[in-house]
Amino acid sequence: MEFFSGNKVYDFMGKSKIFAAISSFLIILSLFTILTKGFNWGIDFKGGIEIQVRFEKPVDIAEVRKYIGKKFKGANITTFGEPNEILIRLNVEQVSGDVQKSLGEEIRKLLSPLGEVEIRRVDIVGAKVGNELKEKGLKALIFAVIGILIYVSFRFEWKFALASVLALVHDTIISLGAVSAFNIEVNLDVLAAILTLMGYSLNDTIVVFDRIREEVRETKIKDLATLINIAISKTLSRTVLTSLTTFFVVLTLFLFGGEIIKPFSFTLLVGIIVGTYSSIFIASPLLIWLGFNIDEYRKKLAEKEKRKKEKEKMRQIYQGGVV
Amino acid sequence: MMKKLNYRLVIFLLATVFGIAFTIPSFIGKSPRVNLGLDLQGGMYLVLGVKQDEAIKNKIKTIASTIKYISEKKELFIDNLTIDKNSVKFELIDKDDEKKMDEELKAIPGIEIKKKYKNGSVEYIVTLTPQEIQKTKEDAIKLAVQTIRSRLDAFGLAEPSVTRQGKDKIVVELPGIKTEKEKQNIKKLISSAAHLELYLVDEEHRVTTPEEAKKYGDILLPDKDNPNRKWLLKTPPVIDGSMITNATVGFTQKTNQPAIFFTLNSEGAKIFGDVTGKNVGKKLAIVVDNRVYSAPTIQERIGGGSGQITVGTPDEAHILAIALRSGSLPAPVVLLEQRSVGASLGADSIRQSMIALISGFVIVVLFMAWYYRLAGIIADIALITNLFLIIAVMALFGATLTLPGMAGIVLTVGMAVDANVIINERIKELIKEGKPIRQAIEGGYKNAMSAILDANITTLIAAIALFAYGTGTIKGFAITMAIGIMASMLTAILGTHGIWEFLLASGKKITPKDFGMKE
Repeated sequence: MEFFSGNKVYDFMGKSKIFAAISSFLIILSLFTILTKGFNWGIDFKGGIEIQVRFEKPVDIAEVRKYIGKKFKGANITTFGEPNEILIRLNVEQVSGDVQKSLGEEIRKLLSPLGEVEIRRVDIVGAKVGNELKEKGLKALIFAVIGILIYVSFRFEWKFALASVLALVHDTIISLGAVSAFNIEVNLDVLAAILTLMGYSLNDTIVVFDRIREEVRETKIKDLATLINIAISKTLSRTVLTSLTTFFVVLTLFLFGGEIIKPFSFTLLVGIIVGTYSSIFIASPLLIWLGFNIDEYRKKLAEKEKRKKEKEKMRQIYQGGVV
Repeated sequence: MMKKLNYRLVIFLLATVFGIAFTIPSFIGKSPRVNLGLDLQGGMYLVLGVKQDEAIKNKIKTIASTIKYISEKKELFIDNLTIDKNSVKFELIDKDDEKKMDEELKAIPGIEIKKKYKNGSVEYIVTLTPQEIQKTKEDAIKLAVQTIRSRLDAFGLAEPSVTRQGKDKIVVELPGIKTEKEKQNIKKLISSAAHLELYLVDEEHRVTTPEEAKKYGDILLPDKDNPNRKWLLKTPPVIDGSMITNATVGFTQKTNQPAIFFTLNSEGAKIFGDVTGKNVGKKLAIVVDNRVYSAPTIQERIGGGSGQITVGTPDEAHILAIALRSGSLPAPVVLLEQRSVGASLGADSIRQSMIALISGFVIVVLFMAWYYRLAGIIADIALITNLFLIIAVMALFGATLTLPGMAGIVLTVGMAVDANVIINERIKELIKEGKPIRQAIEGGYKNAMSAILDANITTLIAAIALFAYGTGTIKGFAITMAIGIMASMLTAILGTHGIWEFLLASGKKITPKDFGMKE
């Protein structure tokens, strides 16, 4: 089986302006959504209380609201995955210190008129902890970006590094935009998903960049756009295949992995699509826009090669015992 | 046969055997096995903050009472002894005593002294040195970790874990807690300071406010059962918790109420004997964490250094006894975060993520075999070994598998075949260029190397960032990702290469069809 047989070279760069327009639109839309609508922060980051309970039979949510409301005003109550699973959200301030000690028991008592209740999960996060986690999450993102910048600069060139990081920022913003637009709860798992998709999107970009580097080294093509087109076309099968397998598994995770892991798998699903798209249509043209110069890079590579050979020669002389 | 083996295949086979051998224990419940995180097996996760400032306050208080003791004993008269947040101030009435006072203060470790001279008197300001403050804070958290650990051990829980996090936090992980009642008891056990004091009750005065109480050198503390009822107690306390050597639960002889029987050390026993002997007919209040549990009338001198505290329920008695036995917390702790997952939810999470893992795995395996034929099957073999390796390495390092960690494994399945996709595409390219199969395979592995390495290392950087700044379950995700990436490099690059070499050496005819190409 082959998806892209033959050695056809597609003209990706010729249409790069269209994709630049699409991406710009998506980024502006995402930023707009994030800034106006904001995020649905989970208790990991804003602090609060979540109690997940399960009834034997599906229950009327209005009934649950009524019984909970007897003691806790302004609780947010929703079903969670199954119709007999209920998630109760409370603010930390709603619960005084003493009640907090026996919160699960308290809720069970309140809901007992509705039948047998099982307390499945009680999460209490203080507001201070939430802020700390936010700070830590931000640090992790920054640390990852800097680490990646350094590594890619070292392995390629700073323009490659900048292009890949810009593509990364592009993917992150659009994924976060989707998280905001679809009202996905932002918890620690979503942060993990964002970092994973950064790694994933970069993975994709690097494979394409690696091919561009190779084409620069091994061919005499002068035109960057042509060269990039060849590199992308040659890696296209791989890009599509890997994206497909990864997309499939994340889809199974999204469909079968349960309610708790949904925010995580949703973010990743979006991230895989955007990451694949950006490594072809955004990261590579960025190299052109950043003014990547083939001739200079060839010279640099040649020099590197020369130095390596000289070193090799010296070593041989040493080992030969002739100084 | 031996000649056909190559070093790559041998390493791969060893890795496979290793992987399977150390995966089996996890599935039959033997050691070494993968630890399930609290979100998968059910249990409670607590983050406690230690109020280190309180420890410093206590230290300052102790210094103040030492100074008072010195002045009384050595007849160095002082006035206006006040305790601030982090300093003690007092006035030495006679300037001529300055030298003597300085000499006495020198014996107290870790303090700094500032002096102001007034007409005839000297004002002393005593503060803790920065090193002493640091040490006090450090001791407070270290001791809190120890104390909480020994309390939980005494409570008889399975594998409690108490670890320090950062400067002032403690993480307590308790697997296998089931009922809400249990949770409640444990939270009480952990968070109670368990500061026991015995005070003589001041029965001569009647006061209503703390300020009034202070005038008589007393304090006003609430009753345990009825917080509106206040007791007037003479300070300083007769005995404090540090003198307790043992505490057990039992029932009182006359009323058959649950009670704690405590024993004092020799110093405590002596003081207890003296005080009770001198105060027959008066009331002695038993105070725990600033609440009066009871205040029985002293019938006679109590020798032998033991006493009892009557408590509401046997459960409560049990918890308090453990807390008293393991010593009081040097600084109060506050609950910052609590996460508890019921066993049934954990089991559901395992089931759901297993379904996702298996179905994702089957899809990828079938897809690879369909698209790449033999090359796909070889990649699939590597993928299976990869899964075994992840579980085996996690089991050996005692890593914890969390729900996001399960997601990480699912993701690894999708991404692990990437290396083989890159390699196979490279091999196909060379075949198309007309290279013989053997050369195409060798060349394909060589050409694919730099892309695979660079791509995996960048992903690894993201995983390290997650591990460095992540907490709890997220760390588990980062660990499985990192192990998965490294295992996939071994299986997908080395392993598949070895299998090809073996096939070529054993004379199997390999055609472009084996890479899913048309002839």
